[in-house]
Amino acid sequence: MSESKAVADTKKTDDQGILKGVEQLTPEKIEKVIQQVLKDETGARLKVYVDTCVHCGMCSEGCHFFLSLNDPKLSPAAKVKQTMWEIMRKNGKVSPEFIKQAAIIAYTQCNLCKRCAMYCPFGLDVAYVMSVMRRICHKLGVVPLYIQDTAHSHSVSMNQMWVKDDEWVDTLMWQEEEAQEAMENLRIPLDKEGADIFYSVIGPEPKFRAQLIFQAAVIMNAAGENWTMPSMPGWDNSDMCMFTGDYEMMERLKRCHFESAANLRAKRIVMGECGHAFRSVYDMGNRALGWKMPPVEVVHAIEYYNELFEKGKIRIKKKFDRPVTLHDPCNIVRGRGLHEMARNIVNATCSEFIEMTPNREHNYCCSAGGGVINCGPPFKNARVESGKVKAEQLFAAKAKGAEVVIAPCHNCHGGLEDIIHHYGIEMELKFFGDIIYEILELPE
Amino acid sequence: MHDYYSFVTGPLAWFAFLVFITGSGWRFYSLWQLAKKKDGAVFEYMNLKFALRSIAHWIIPFGSRSMKINPSMTVVTFIFHISLFLTPLFVVGHVILWKESFNISWFTLPNTVADLMTLIVIGSSCFFLWRRIKLPDVKFLTTPVDFLILLIVTAPFVSGFWVYHQFPGFAVMTVIHILSGEIMLMTIPFTKLFHMFLFPFTRGYIGSEFGGVRMAKDW
Repeated sequence: MSESKAVADTKKTDDQGILKGVEQLTPEKIEKVIQQVLKDETGARLKVYVDTCVHCGMCSEGCHFFLSLNDPKLSPAAKVKQTMWEIMRKNGKVSPEFIKQAAIIAYTQCNLCKRCAMYCPFGLDVAYVMSVMRRICHKLGVVPLYIQDTAHSHSVSMNQMWVKDDEWVDTLMWQEEEAQEAMENLRIPLDKEGADIFYSVIGPEPKFRAQLIFQAAVIMNAAGENWTMPSMPGWDNSDMCMFTGDYEMMERLKRCHFESAANLRAKRIVMGECGHAFRSVYDMGNRALGWKMPPVEVVHAIEYYNELFEKGKIRIKKKFDRPVTLHDPCNIVRGRGLHEMARNIVNATCSEFIEMTPNREHNYCCSAGGGVINCGPPFKNARVESGKVKAEQLFAAKAKGAEVVIAPCHNCHGGLEDIIHHYGIEMELKFFGDIIYEILELPE
Repeated sequence: MHDYYSFVTGPLAWFAFLVFITGSGWRFYSLWQLAKKKDGAVFEYMNLKFALRSIAHWIIPFGSRSMKINPSMTVVTFIFHISLFLTPLFVVGHVILWKESFNISWFTLPNTVADLMTLIVIGSSCFFLWRRIKLPDVKFLTTPVDFLILLIVTAPFVSGFWVYHQFPGFAVMTVIHILSGEIMLMTIPFTKLFHMFLFPFTRGYIGSEFGGVRMAKDW
């Protein structure tokens, strides 16, 4: 075996969630949990994925961790080798130290972005294998501290950010009041029954980015929509439990969200510019609940904005005049093919568009998704270093004149912000909502 | 020598085909049963149109971005697999054996073509070996079994080349050739060589996911 430098020296981690969790492990407990997960929760799919891999290394090209750091241990198949491959070979007889390493790999060295599935000739889904590894770590209680805190928040408050019920309503009313300065008679209708649109956001919006709710309210009102937001839990569509491997909580969260919309007899759910939340309602959460497709139609902000422009429901004063580039978030591009719609919106709103390459399905990940950014400060440096190819991509777009990066996903925003800062790229980051709000022609 | 020859072309040949067919059947059956029990969703999302769309992109040379950015690997992989399949089926010597044993016969490859394709398999195997030793990411993934599989696949072609050109000791080599071919046949169901049968399913499933749910390309 070749010795090579790991991106983060996993032996030296100071993450207390992982360290304390590992302290409580015994080989017997590890074996029992692993065998339970392998027997009850996985089947032919995992077996075929692990058995079919011919170790050809074609997936390396698919992973931004590998491309950024050129470390053989970061190739997607290598991550499987260091985790599930060994676990299945030894039928769960692995040490607490092994679980520690495996947790760091599965939680912080894979964004579950599924890009590698497009580089593997067999289409093996390494993200799925990493998710199984996370599931085992969750059941063993070995989860990075920061992301586990958000999972705790989910289970206590049904939202990711410990937002209390009264704070939520208060935030909406505050944003309504603010927005009324831009648009008289604007409303954020709460718990309106039978609305066309049930608008849901992620926990961090009321907590850190409340202006996004303000902007969405202005856009909804300008478009003359019959819309509503819920006043009670179920308003948060985000889901860190999906990423920690706490699937029981993921199911509770998604059920709460869908039921919130269904109770109000909403025709469809429109959600803000978030990628992982979309994955949770469109891909993983609905499936866990037994729905092949979401029980209530879910529409991502990109699809919704595209519809507004196509139907001529909103008008703009003038196009946004600074050159922009567009980041394709994994969960809504490889997760839902919204890349062309995103380009429609760029063309409808911006005067100059510069493509990054590779783009669309092949775009490099921001390195923050899949819960990696939520694992917090202990892993931040490694995460930003893994964004080197992304930084190079951004530099190339900047060299062609791009000043603004549009990233229609919260996690991507967080990740790209760190990359832009760390590599000194000096580009401005925006959501589509920011741009549309800025150039929107408000009705008389 | 004649006894060995009779054994490898007689009972062992039957046994090898039996192991290959029943072994492959058993692998399929057990995976199918397991999938039915534990992976019901896979059947729900499988979609013939999108599965075929994905498979088509991946069996056409340079049909995916991955193949375009790795041209040497793409060329070698394709000519390797084509030669690996066609040579044993259509080389004159083998077709004659089928004719003599079962009185059935089919198209044969010209000898020079079969010879060239044999060299392609051997050369490609050297390329794969080089990748396993020299490329750090492939090296990290490589296990001793991977080298063994490479040997199992290459041995019938090296020995076949030897026999065809009647190099010294070709009588012994004939037995080795047949034996190594039988070993390859018997190991297919129980090693990663089984990927030849699983490819349409793994590719088809991710193609179905990408096409039907994710509405994105997977090539």
